[in-house]
Amino acid sequence: MNFKQSAMCAAAAALVVGTASSAGAVTEIQWWHAHGGALGERVNEIADNFNRSQSDYKVSAIYKGSYPETMTAGVAAFRAGKAPHILQVYEVGTALMMGAKGAVVPIYQLMADAKVPFDPEAYLPAVKGYYSTTDGKMLSMPFASSTPVLWFNKDAFKKAGLDPNAPPKTWPEVGEAGKKLVAAGYTCGFSTAWITWIHLENFSAWHNVPFGTQENGFAGFNAEYTFNGPAQVKHIQQLADWQKDKVFVYGGRDNLGNAKFVSGECPMYTESSAGYASFKAGAKFEFGVSTLPYWPDVQGAPQNTIIGGNSLWVMAGHKPAEYKGVAEFMRFLSLPMVQAYWHAYTGYVPITTAAYDMMKSVKFYNDYPGRDIPILELGGKAPTANSKGLRFGYLPQARDAMYEELENIFTAKKTAKEGLDNAVKRGNELLRKFEKEQN
Amino acid sequence: MVENRRWLTVLTHAILLMGVLVLAFPIWVAFVASTHQLQTLLQPPMPLLPGGHFFENYYKALTEGARAVGAPVWLMMANSLVMALGITFGKIVISMLAAFAIVYFRFRFRIFFFWMIFITLMLPVEVRILPTYKVVSDLGMLDNYFGLTIPLIASATATFLFRQFFMTVPDELSEAARVDGAGPMRFFKDILFPMSRTNIAALFVILFIYGWNQYLWPLLITTDESMYTMLIGINRMLAVGDDQAEWHIIMATTMLAMLPPVAVVVLMQKLFVQGMTETEK
Amino acid sequence: MAGGPHPLLGSSVEKRVTFNNRVLPYLLVAPQIAVTLVFFIWPASQAVFQSVLIQDAFGLSTRFAWFDNFIYLFDNAEYLQSMKVTAVFSIAVALLALVSALFLAVQADRVIKGATTYKTLLIWPYAVAPAVAGVLFLFLFNPNVGLLVYALRAVGYGWNHALNGDQAMGLVIVAAAWRQISYNFLFFLAGLQAIPKSLIEAAAIDGAGSVRRFWTIVFPLLTPTSFFLLVMNIVYAFFETFGIIHQVTKGGPAGSTNILVYNVFRDGFLGLDLGGSAAQSVVLMVIVISLTVIQFRYIERRVNY
Repeated sequence: MNFKQSAMCAAAAALVVGTASSAGAVTEIQWWHAHGGALGERVNEIADNFNRSQSDYKVSAIYKGSYPETMTAGVAAFRAGKAPHILQVYEVGTALMMGAKGAVVPIYQLMADAKVPFDPEAYLPAVKGYYSTTDGKMLSMPFASSTPVLWFNKDAFKKAGLDPNAPPKTWPEVGEAGKKLVAAGYTCGFSTAWITWIHLENFSAWHNVPFGTQENGFAGFNAEYTFNGPAQVKHIQQLADWQKDKVFVYGGRDNLGNAKFVSGECPMYTESSAGYASFKAGAKFEFGVSTLPYWPDVQGAPQNTIIGGNSLWVMAGHKPAEYKGVAEFMRFLSLPMVQAYWHAYTGYVPITTAAYDMMKSVKFYNDYPGRDIPILELGGKAPTANSKGLRFGYLPQARDAMYEELENIFTAKKTAKEGLDNAVKRGNELLRKFEKEQN
Repeated sequence: MVENRRWLTVLTHAILLMGVLVLAFPIWVAFVASTHQLQTLLQPPMPLLPGGHFFENYYKALTEGARAVGAPVWLMMANSLVMALGITFGKIVISMLAAFAIVYFRFRFRIFFFWMIFITLMLPVEVRILPTYKVVSDLGMLDNYFGLTIPLIASATATFLFRQFFMTVPDELSEAARVDGAGPMRFFKDILFPMSRTNIAALFVILFIYGWNQYLWPLLITTDESMYTMLIGINRMLAVGDDQAEWHIIMATTMLAMLPPVAVVVLMQKLFVQGMTETEK
Repeated sequence: MAGGPHPLLGSSVEKRVTFNNRVLPYLLVAPQIAVTLVFFIWPASQAVFQSVLIQDAFGLSTRFAWFDNFIYLFDNAEYLQSMKVTAVFSIAVALLALVSALFLAVQADRVIKGATTYKTLLIWPYAVAPAVAGVLFLFLFNPNVGLLVYALRAVGYGWNHALNGDQAMGLVIVAAAWRQISYNFLFFLAGLQAIPKSLIEAAAIDGAGSVRRFWTIVFPLLTPTSFFLLVMNIVYAFFETFGIIHQVTKGGPAGSTNILVYNVFRDGFLGLDLGGSAAQSVVLMVIVISLTVIQFRYIERRVNY
C-alpha cells in the first residue's frame, strides 16, 4: 500500500479532529466489533480520532472475535441487560437484528432523536439499500462493505498466452481462459471464496433474478427462497461440469480457497474486494482485478452486485445522553475524510458518494487501477428488488445448507437442480421457523 | 524381559521412535512454521527445517503481533495461569470436601447429592452457554477472575476420584482417629489430606490442562482486553476475516501457549500416573 | 493386584466406620452443591425450559410450543445423519486412540533402557488444547497449501477434505485421536508395569508365545483400565472435540463430520436458534445420562470378580 496516499487521508482525517482533550465527565460509548489484525488497528485509529475530536464522549472499540462470536456476545449481553451501545453485525445477521424491534434503535430514529444532521441520500444506494426498510428508512449504519470481484494472476496469464490487461468479462470467457491456463500446465483455471455469497447470492443480484420471494425478504417474513431458478441451476451445473477439465476447482468453504490463488495454483479467483490485503501480503506475483463475470445470455445482466461485510447496530436500553454521543459518532463515521481513509487502507468501499468523489478528485484510482471496480459494480445501475440485498432469517444456517448441497453437487452425488432444490427446501424450513419466532 | 532377542529390541525401539515421530510431527511443523516468514509458508511445499526468523517472529509475537489482539502476551500468559490455577485449586478443594462428606458421613440426601454432582457435570459449558452467561452476568462476574474460574470449578471427575480413593483408605485409620478422640476435621487434615497427595498431584495435571485450555467460556465473558487469555489471543489472531492470517506469528504464539501445560505434564508425569492408578497404599 | 479396583470405577461398597455430625457434612458439600446449583442445575433447567419455547434470539417474544422443537429436530434428515456421524466418529476416535496407545505401551514396557525418555516424548500432545490441535492439523492438511497434502499428491493420492467426506472424517478422527493417544498411553503403561513379571515368566516357561501371553494374561488384567479409558475416550470424542471440528471442517463437507455437539454449537452459538439448540442439548443430556447409567450397570457387574 502506498503510504503517501494513505498518510494524506489520515492527515485529512486528523484535520477534522481538533486538539481538544477531555476534562469534565466523559460519557463512555462501547463499540463491539469483529475486526482483528491490521483492520482492528484501523478501527482503533478511527475511534481514537473521534475521541480526540471532541471532549464529551469516549468511544471504546472492543474486538470481540469473529462475526458470529461478536454477534452472540452482543445477544448474550443484551439478554443480560449489559448490551454495548454499538454492535457490529455481519450482513447475514441483518434479518435477525431487524426483527429485534425492542432490542435496537434504528439509525434514522437515533439521528432524529439526537437532532444530529443526517441525510440518507448521501450514502451509496447499493450500500444503504441493504440496511434500509422498503420505504427507505435506514436501520443500521453501514460500516465495512465489500463486494465480489474477479482477481487474476497476471504472470500466469502471460505464461498461457492470455492478455494480462484484458481479463475475461463473461463466464464463457472465463471458461476459455481457464482451458488455456490448464493447457499451459496449471492444475486449476479458477476457484472461489465464499461460494454461497458470490455464486448464489451475488450471482442472483448480478443477473437480476430473484434469490427469494417478497423482494428477497425485504417485504415480509413470509418470504421463500427461489435460488433454484434456471439461471442459478445452469451456472452451478456449469461449475460442476468445469471441474472435469479442472477449469474450476472447489477450494472449500468461506475463504479457505484464498491459498489456491496466493500460491499460484489457481490463476483466477472470485473473492471479496476486501481480499486485497490478504493477497498483497501473500502473493509473489503481479495480480489484477476485474468485474465479476456474468452470463451474457441472461437478460439484464450485469445488474449490480450486493455488498457483504457488516453494519453497526445501535442497541436499546441506554441513556439519551449516551445516544447523543452515539449519533455524533455515526456522523463522524460518515464524514468523507473518515470514509476515504478507511477505503484507502482496506479493500472496503466508501459508503458515501462524497467520499467516493473525494477519492476521484485526488486521482486515487489512477494510482490504484481497479480499486474503484467494486464501487462501479455496486452502483452501475439502480438496484432492483432482486439486487438491493437479502433479508432472510437464519441466513447463516441456510448458507450452511447451501454449502452442504453445493458439496453434494461438486462430488456428483446430486445434479445442480437436485442440490439447489434441496437447499431451497431446507432454507424454507428455516424461514418458517424464523417466521414463527417473530410473531 | 522374557525374550532377549536382539532384533526384537531393535524393532521395539524402531516402533517407539516411529510413534514419537508421528506424535511429535504436528508440533514440529508448528515450530518450523514459527521460524519462517509468512510468504514462505504460503508457497507450498513449506520447508521441513527451521528458518532464520526465530527471534524476529517470537519477538513480534511477544510484542507487536499481540498488540493487534489488544493485550501483550505476558498479560495473557498471566491471565491463563491465574485461570488455570484458580480452576485447579478450586476444583480440588471443593471436590475433596464434598467427597469427604459423602464417604465419611451418613446424612440425608447424601446419595442424592452425589448423583447430582456426578450426572449434571457431564454436559460441557458449550451447550448451556447462554443461560450460564446470564447467571454470571447477574452475579457481576463478567470480565473478572471470578467469572473465569468459579463457574467452572464444580467437578464431577475430581469428586468421583476422591470418593473412590477415600473408599480404599482402610477403615482402621478412621476407627483409630475416633478412638483417639480426634474430630473429623482433624482426621481430614492429619491423615486423609497427606494420604491424598499423589491423587491431588494427578488431578492437578488433569485440571490444570483443562483450565488452561478453556476457550469458549473466556471468549464469551471477557470484553476487557486485560482479561484475555492465551487461547483467546490465538483465536483472535485466527479470526481475521478477509485479512491474511499471520501464520508465522500464530504458530509462535501457539508454541508459547503450549509451554506451561506441556511443562506441567512432563514434570509431573510420574505423580500423575501414580495418582490415577494406585489404589492400595 | 494389577489393574484391581480402579479409582474411577472401583468398588461401591460403603464405609463401615463413619463420623457423626449433624451439620458438618452439609457444610462440606455446600460449596460443591452451591456451584453446581448456580452454574449448572439452574442454567441446565433454563435450557430444558427453553427447549419447549419458541423465542427470538433477544428474548423479546416468547411462545410456548410444546414439542415443536423436538419434532422439527427429528423430522430433519440432517440431524439424524448427525447422530450417525457422531456414533462413527466417537467409536473410531476411541478405538484408534486406544489401540495405538496400547500398542505403543506394550513396546515401551518391553524396553529396559529409555522407557522414561519415550514416555516423556510420547505424552505431551495431551497438553495441547483441542482447538489448537485443530489448527495444527488444518495447517498440515490444508487442501490448498498443507504440507502433507503436498506430499500425498506427490505420491499420486489426491487429497481434498473440503470435498471428500471420507477424507474429512479420517482427518478429524486422526486429529482428535492424536491428543488422546498420549493420555491412554500413560495409563496403559502404568497398568502394564504393575503386572508382576513373574506371572509372565511363568507363562513363558509353560511355553506360551508372546502373542498368546498377551491375550491370555496381560490383556485380561488390563480390562478395567481399558474400560475406564474407553469411557473417557468416548466422552472426550463426544464433547471436547468440537474445537477440532470447528477449526478443521466446520462439519463439512456436506455434513459428513457434523457431530452432535458441533451441531448444537452451530445452531445455538453461531446461528442463535435458542429453542432448537436447547432441544438438542436436552437430547444430548439424555444420551449422556443413559451412557452413564449403562456404564455403572456394567461396572457394578464387573467389579465383583
